[in-house]
Amino acid sequence: MSAMIKTLLIANRGEIACRIMRSARALNVETVAVYSAADAAAPHVQLADRAVSIGPAPASESYLKIENIIEAARESGADAIHPGYGFLSENADFAQACEETGLVFVGPPASAIAVMGDKAQAKRAMIDAGVPCVPGYQGEDQSLETLLATGNDIGFPLMVKAAAGGGGRGLRLVKDAADLENAIDRARSEALSAFGSGELILEKAIPNARHVEIQIFGDQHGHFVHFGERDCSVQRRHQKVIEEAPCPVLDETLRVTMGATAVAAARAVSYVGAGTVEFLLAEDRSYYFLEMNTRLQVEHPVTEEVTGRDLVALQLKVAAGQPLNLTQEDITLTGHAIEVRLCAEDSASGFLPDTGPVRFWRPPQGAGIRVDAGIAEGVEVSPFYDSMIAKVIAHGADREEARRRLVAALGASALFGVATNRDFLIDALSRDAFCRGAATTDFVAQEYGEDGYPAALTPADQHKGAVLHFEVRKGAAEEQSLGVNPELAHWASSGTPGSVFCYAEDDGAPTRVCPQPDGGYRVTSGSTESELRLIRRDGSAAVFEDHGQRETVIFAPLDHRTLGVATATRQFQLTEAATGSTADAGDDGTIRAPMHGLVVELLVKENECVKAGDRVLVLEAMKMQHSIAAPVDGKVVGIRAAAGTQIGAGDTLLHIEAAGEAGD
Amino acid sequence: MNVFSSNIDTTSEDFAAHRTDMLTLVDQLRELESRAVAASNKRRTTFEKRGQIPPHERLSRLLDPGMPFLQLHSLANYLVEDEDPGTSVPGASIIAGIGFVSGVRCMLWVDDSGIRAGAMTASSLPLVLSIEDIAYKLNLPLIHLVESAGADLMKVTVEAWAQAGAQFQNLARLSAKGIPTLSVLHGASTAGGAYMPGLSDYVIGVKKNGLAALAGAALVRAATGEVVDERELGGTEMHASVSGLVEYLAEDDAHALELAREVVGHLDWNRSEAPLPSRPYQPPLYDADELAGIVPVDYQVPYDAREVVARVVDGSAFDEFKPRFGPGTLCLQASIMGHRVNILANNGPIDPDGAAKATHFLQLAEQAGHPVVFLHNTTGYIVGTESEQAGMIKHGAKMIQAVANITVPRLAVYIGASFGAGNYGMCGYGFKPDFLLTWPNAATNVMGGASAATTMRLVAEAGAARKGVAIDAAQLDQQQARIEAHFLRQENAFYASGRLLSHAAIDPRDTRRALGFCLETCLEGRTRTPRPNSFGVARI
Repeated sequence: MSAMIKTLLIANRGEIACRIMRSARALNVETVAVYSAADAAAPHVQLADRAVSIGPAPASESYLKIENIIEAARESGADAIHPGYGFLSENADFAQACEETGLVFVGPPASAIAVMGDKAQAKRAMIDAGVPCVPGYQGEDQSLETLLATGNDIGFPLMVKAAAGGGGRGLRLVKDAADLENAIDRARSEALSAFGSGELILEKAIPNARHVEIQIFGDQHGHFVHFGERDCSVQRRHQKVIEEAPCPVLDETLRVTMGATAVAAARAVSYVGAGTVEFLLAEDRSYYFLEMNTRLQVEHPVTEEVTGRDLVALQLKVAAGQPLNLTQEDITLTGHAIEVRLCAEDSASGFLPDTGPVRFWRPPQGAGIRVDAGIAEGVEVSPFYDSMIAKVIAHGADREEARRRLVAALGASALFGVATNRDFLIDALSRDAFCRGAATTDFVAQEYGEDGYPAALTPADQHKGAVLHFEVRKGAAEEQSLGVNPELAHWASSGTPGSVFCYAEDDGAPTRVCPQPDGGYRVTSGSTESELRLIRRDGSAAVFEDHGQRETVIFAPLDHRTLGVATATRQFQLTEAATGSTADAGDDGTIRAPMHGLVVELLVKENECVKAGDRVLVLEAMKMQHSIAAPVDGKVVGIRAAAGTQIGAGDTLLHIEAAGEAGD
Repeated sequence: MNVFSSNIDTTSEDFAAHRTDMLTLVDQLRELESRAVAASNKRRTTFEKRGQIPPHERLSRLLDPGMPFLQLHSLANYLVEDEDPGTSVPGASIIAGIGFVSGVRCMLWVDDSGIRAGAMTASSLPLVLSIEDIAYKLNLPLIHLVESAGADLMKVTVEAWAQAGAQFQNLARLSAKGIPTLSVLHGASTAGGAYMPGLSDYVIGVKKNGLAALAGAALVRAATGEVVDERELGGTEMHASVSGLVEYLAEDDAHALELAREVVGHLDWNRSEAPLPSRPYQPPLYDADELAGIVPVDYQVPYDAREVVARVVDGSAFDEFKPRFGPGTLCLQASIMGHRVNILANNGPIDPDGAAKATHFLQLAEQAGHPVVFLHNTTGYIVGTESEQAGMIKHGAKMIQAVANITVPRLAVYIGASFGAGNYGMCGYGFKPDFLLTWPNAATNVMGGASAATTMRLVAEAGAARKGVAIDAAQLDQQQARIEAHFLRQENAFYASGRLLSHAAIDPRDTRRALGFCLETCLEGRTRTPRPNSFGVARI
């Protein structure tokens, strides 16, 4: 096939679907989105020329369902499918299904996927091709005795890995011979449940290694080039967090050598399209094949930024059978690019994923900043898919410029509604080891341990938020008023008593904001006092000045009592503590008859424990039966009604002694 | 309009001395005000133990952040019950003022239960009547945060009891005029006080602490012998479910205040009113801060009131009406925060020409519909043969007639002396201006103490001469000193404010903002069309 693809179906969602559509559109290729029930309003659906629903929210019933995707392609008249990354991107059956249906699969042949998808098989193939591999065992004999014996031969520390694995599952680091058997058992059972195969491989662990990967490209005419390397050493539990190109420690000689090795690896499996050969780079500059990813990588933008090439456009070109028309000399690296993965997860509580609607989204921006995002305000981050919601990439003349740009852009961005790892990313980018380019795969564990990044809300940041809260409330009042002269803002004839806010995030303790005659604010909470000066407020960005230092703070009211605030280092919410619901707080536990009637049924006994909402009694009045429910959790005391008794409106029927009320 | 060119040398020794004197008085004012706050805050731990928010903080939480607030009668009762200036606590156990709640300009009335449990003082009733009057005239919804021990039975007087009825009549009339009233029962409200919620359109009650009863447990026992449980008798929980006195039951003070904000928000009070006109204008050319150094605190030292006006009006610009005719009486046309005003000010006594000019000027203000600002700086209508023959009485009388009968907003500020009938002609207390503000240096009385004392000395000397008795100079000296002290004590701005003879004592540097606030309050209130009903909203 040599004609260009006409209609491309993107079998993916989120930022990568949007990213692929951008390149397709630039090539005049029509785009078709697919979406699950959870994604009907998602940005990738909005962006596409057409969209096809492919099933319910769970990925296993939509994005992973091969027949639904093929059917969607047929229905929409697509002639090619781009799988993105994740989901079906490395599924040989899917590639096969596309081939059989006459659809162009934008990716390598199914055979290459199959080989590289199996770690053991891949490693054997690589050893045959002369690609250096980590010393280890990838044999077919999976007996415990063999694994134990070869493990002891390899030496410790070593890694036990699921042959079919990925994403850190079925992976164990063993530091001591005594732990090997246990690690094999656990890895095997994890591998079985996660991948359906218990096959394991053993590898020597390379301490303080870097994760360096080479972006390769092959066309259908047997021509290969590489696009240099990416350093993805900063990982958390084997999930990449920060990626950059070029690698800070790679020199041109090693780049040429590793590039050639990667091309050889690709050639060995007759690779076509974009692929990534991952290596571990040891401290002594030796490197070992790790695995090959037979798809477009999440972190491909850093390569695009330093090479100036659109990798998705090249994928489409190659998939259409066109030659790459690139020699290795054509590919040059300019400057430095760093990418971070913005994830909807709470870095303060062990990086637990968070879900919910995106209430406010101010993307990072600035010179050299690129944002690949798949979210929009009002759109839900659902629990069904990956927690990554955007990638932020900074390109600079050198590494430090890129790093500074990225830190500044992240610091002036905000996403409210779901927790994100923004603060953790900013902190990680600012750590000394990272600044020096010395981060290895142990970086996150060494710097943060297991607890994540528990960034406590400092009084200084809370106070800035309180000033903005004060101004937001003032703005709302002005809006509701018939107008107040600006000269009268903050004025009180007998001095300024200020306002008091009690935030749930501060356990309801009062924070007092007092505007000062000089235009500043004095903010106090507990024993902390701040003098703050608000220089400018422009939409959702405010500029504070503190001892001559200016800081931009992003803020947005999220509902009538919650304000989202993002300083350069902390993103947080301030919620005015509610002491009661705004509805009548009349539930004192005494249940009175709402009307005259007959007690038909008494459903509780004296001293019985009930929950709020439990039915306690049925009353018949006006030929209707009315159920009466417990207003509070507690214990039933003082029953004054029995089945068959006539009662009057307002009569006390029984009392629920609220949990904690007893003994008052 | 002409931009005024100031003759004040802000680097002069006089300026510095005046400023020091004036700021000393401002400090005294703030000290007196903070005395009430400190007295109230002494009970902080008691409030906290009961799970309550102290009264001053209730107000802070109720008001919209950053919106202006004009406190009224902060010095009420000063030197009234306790005549010792060193210990007298001002405020009359009430924190009152005009501020914003959910964007609505409201009259706020907060019982300061931190002071004598919020029991009424001798000045509490006049204070309440004063703010109810303003609320009525300017269509301001009234919010009352209730927690009061009621009348102080040790001090109650029959006349106070009799007069107190007026506060309830006012509530009924507010409701009938279409001005909503709202009570929050934070604590006890017994006896007459129980009619506060009774006569409010909306009542919010705080669980456990809120209480309303015509007679507390002790009085019930004294009157009928019934031994009662106080919560059963008048607890908010009972009122919310049995008597129907309470509409909204709140978990605690904070919740109650949030409910109050919601109730006010629900009024949608501003929905059909036009926004206040806002025109572009220049701020004063001269710094308002200079007001502290312009005016000598001794009213006997003359100064040019135009210097004050230049630091109050837009662009420091004004046109002078008839400047060459009766020049001691200033008739100035200017704007404050974009609102046109006619300003009447004095540079000393008012003479017949000045009175005639002022009359003309007031009638023009009425014709044009411009509010009038009165800046009092006069020792009165001029006396003497020449002025009597020139018709001082009739000219003064027609000025008083004009002041009394114009219908435009009248805002008065005591910025120096305001004596005798001159005070009347300048819309003093008796003329019920919409707002009457006072600087801390102001002196108001029938006349200055020195004049009074000298007058009395001359009368005594003449009497002695007539009777042919010897003059006891020592006794006359004593009498003169006594009279001077008597006058000096009463003419004092803080003393007069203690007796509610002004609405608010202000820092002179705040004059423009205070006037701007009062103007906007008048303009907003007077153009509003409430929805009246015949009998007020009856509590069903």
